Amino acid sequence: MSDFDVSSPPDQRLPSHVWFFRGARAIVSLPAVILTAAFIGYAGLARESGLTLGETLMLTGLVWALPSIVVMTGAITSGMGIVPAAIAVALASVRLMPMTVALLPILREENGLTPRWKLFLASHFVAVTAWVYAMIHLPHIPREGRLPFFIGFGATISAFVFCVTGIAYQLVGEMPTPVTAALFLLTPVYFLCSLWGASKISSEKAAMIAGLVLGPIFYVYLPGLDLLWTGLLGGTLAYLGTRIVRAVRP
Amino acid sequence: MSGAVDAWWWPYVMIVVAGWLATDVWRWIGVLVAGRLREDSEFLGWVKAVATALVAGVIARLILFPSGALEGAPLWLRLAAAFLGFVAFLVMGQRLIVGVLTAEVLLIAGWLALGL
Repeated sequence: MSDFDVSSPPDQRLPSHVWFFRGARAIVSLPAVILTAAFIGYAGLARESGLTLGETLMLTGLVWALPSIVVMTGAITSGMGIVPAAIAVALASVRLMPMTVALLPILREENGLTPRWKLFLASHFVAVTAWVYAMIHLPHIPREGRLPFFIGFGATISAFVFCVTGIAYQLVGEMPTPVTAALFLLTPVYFLCSLWGASKISSEKAAMIAGLVLGPIFYVYLPGLDLLWTGLLGGTLAYLGTRIVRAVRP
Repeated sequence: MSGAVDAWWWPYVMIVVAGWLATDVWRWIGVLVAGRLREDSEFLGWVKAVATALVAGVIARLILFPSGALEGAPLWLRLAAAFLGFVAFLVMGQRLIVGVLTAEVLLIAGWLALGL
């Protein structure tokens, strides 16, 4: 439970920048190390897929959610149109919406005191790593410190990862081939494990298996729109299937 | 239209519209509807299933149809490394680091053993 579920009295409050720097310092953590490794892997994937350094860095900084970044990379390299690409990315990143919904009551001050533009700004840093960290640690911080802490954490980790991705992109060309191949493999394995770990209910696990099976089939038989079909058909089948199972065996 | 698609700046337009806007719009909607939408609603359950299947499709595609250096590894080696990495992740208390390191070590070991 929360130690400080209310704001501190005004005379005991620390200034916002103190919380910002505490958030920045908090990125020294194991999840941040794994995320950095995942982006080093992505730098390898992007370079091997033929993306330029500028494209790779722009995707990293602007999108800031690795699944969406990888979907977008595939869309660029396969010459997908802008509309199907936007739909595929939107479907891949839709999970950010319920994550933001769950985070907001923890993040903002009571009585709607937090200006909405600050919340829009902070929401850009909602991605699995920062979100999990925030959901665990923010409740132990006084209300008035949570938003600057989260923005400090999010801004610092994304700036750090941005630089590492750029450096890794440059170094990939000089690495031995098996290391480059291993960097490419890092992204799918990281997703495989983190997606399974993040899915709490059976319909998401079923959707993951359906996507793994349908993805390659649609890739071969419906190239271009394969991701959309994999998501819509696999997700709907998994959702309906688990609902039926739930109804039969309550 | 095809002139624009071939231009050097076209990928950047794609990234801004189909990458950045298509992603951040969900974060903004989340800010707007927070407190009004139940996180456990049936509709969101379906939405999460679709998103999960789509990303799983990407995972399979990256392992089965990679580009660049990983193409040099035989399919069975890629599949075995990824699958055993996932099994190690499940067996060792769902620790990400275990799954990722197992797959990486197996791929490089297999690569060197085959003398590729």
